[in-house]
Amino acid sequence: MKSKSILNYNGGCVVAMKGKNCVAIACDLRFGVQAQTISTDFKRVFELGPQLYIGLPGLATDTQTVLQRLQFRIKMYEMREGRRLKPHTLMAMMQNLLYERRFGPYFVEPVIAGLDPNTKEPYICALDLIGCACEPADFVVSGTCSESLYGMCETTWREDMEPEDLFECISQSLVNAFDRDALSGWGAVVHIILSHLKICYPECGLGGGSSGDPSILNIFHS
Amino acid sequence: MKFNTIFSCRVNVSVVYSPASHREFGHYSPSLSFHLSCTPSRAADMDLQCLIGMKFNDFVLMATDMSQLQRIMVQKSVAGEAGDTTQFAEYIAKNIQLYKMRNGYELSPSAAVHFTRHTLATHLRSREPYTVNLLMGGYDPKTEAAELFYMDFLGASVPVNFYGFGYGGMFTLSITDREYRPDMTEDEAYELMKKCISEVKRRFIVNLPKFRVRLISKDGLKDLPVIVAEGEAA
Repeated sequence: MKSKSILNYNGGCVVAMKGKNCVAIACDLRFGVQAQTISTDFKRVFELGPQLYIGLPGLATDTQTVLQRLQFRIKMYEMREGRRLKPHTLMAMMQNLLYERRFGPYFVEPVIAGLDPNTKEPYICALDLIGCACEPADFVVSGTCSESLYGMCETTWREDMEPEDLFECISQSLVNAFDRDALSGWGAVVHIILSHLKICYPECGLGGGSSGDPSILNIFHS
Repeated sequence: MKFNTIFSCRVNVSVVYSPASHREFGHYSPSLSFHLSCTPSRAADMDLQCLIGMKFNDFVLMATDMSQLQRIMVQKSVAGEAGDTTQFAEYIAKNIQLYKMRNGYELSPSAAVHFTRHTLATHLRSREPYTVNLLMGGYDPKTEAAELFYMDFLGASVPVNFYGFGYGGMFTLSITDREYRPDMTEDEAYELMKKCISEVKRRFIVNLPKFRVRLISKDGLKDLPVIVAEGEAA
């Protein structure tokens, strides 16, 4: 097992990817205490706006605390400003929230995915636990199997993927990465965010051969 | 000194001290009963105590071992954290009652869980965090659903169908994994609980002979007969 960091105490992982006029964000569903699995229905990706999502892998108590504090700040922001939060603004807000606790941090490493409400430009971003942001052009990973996720994403990700391909790419990357990690897995949820609609795929990752079921794609077309 | 405390949040009846140091608070309301069981965490013997909860379609079953009297004698030295369970459970229970008196309506189980989580999480980063693990079970008459929440001393709160804290819990999880059905009757659930407890008795090196069992349903809170593990005098 990896270093005995408190970040790996409960397990879990999140990945986000850019596509052509769309973004995807996905997480696993395991909640455990070190090696013991307690729940297999613990979502760590949350909707913060019509086209704005955040994933909070790390220590589960801080996942919940940070989400609640963030939701409070977003509501205050949107009331005060009278407009929707942009993904980039969320990143700045997250940096502020995390760096406030520089010397006693929240043990989460957030991943943000969304479309700009005005330009519909795809946006992805990952932060470390004290709010240092990274905004790459392709994909971001976070959580206990981030190394495997890097490997999978490096090989499967291509530029300008359509939503169908993006779904396949992110699902296969996530599932095959967490199948090699004891601390994450037990099913996954994939969100594909498009400019005109958003789709959430609950995906079954249980019992060995856990590749994404191609029939799920039919839901997408309907 | 360790307490494995069962708290039910009930108003109107004075505090009752049961022989095994369990403290009970009177009726919360006939329709909504809410049950909070704590076990101390972190200390070396945190895992020696056993706390089991199971959620079914319209009731929750909880069991805690009743060995604290022996433990008070055996382990007088670790008094520091023992207070946590008592202190914490009283704090939560009284605040839930206070909320009801102030507002004229009571917290739903999930609201009470959020309040408890918030309390734990804010204290986590204080000088003295509460080191308690808890299972919170309740019946929400509005949604007509039983609820059971796992919560650890860090403040991670997760809805579960069943869970057991401590080493004892590890022996019971495999049994509940195999035998649990959400549509079990009260009798079947009690039998399942008995199975779990006899496994604890059989496999666990620490002697936890007696378990207090409680059932929470739409009719409120009910004490079921104490489970005494096989081969052990009552």
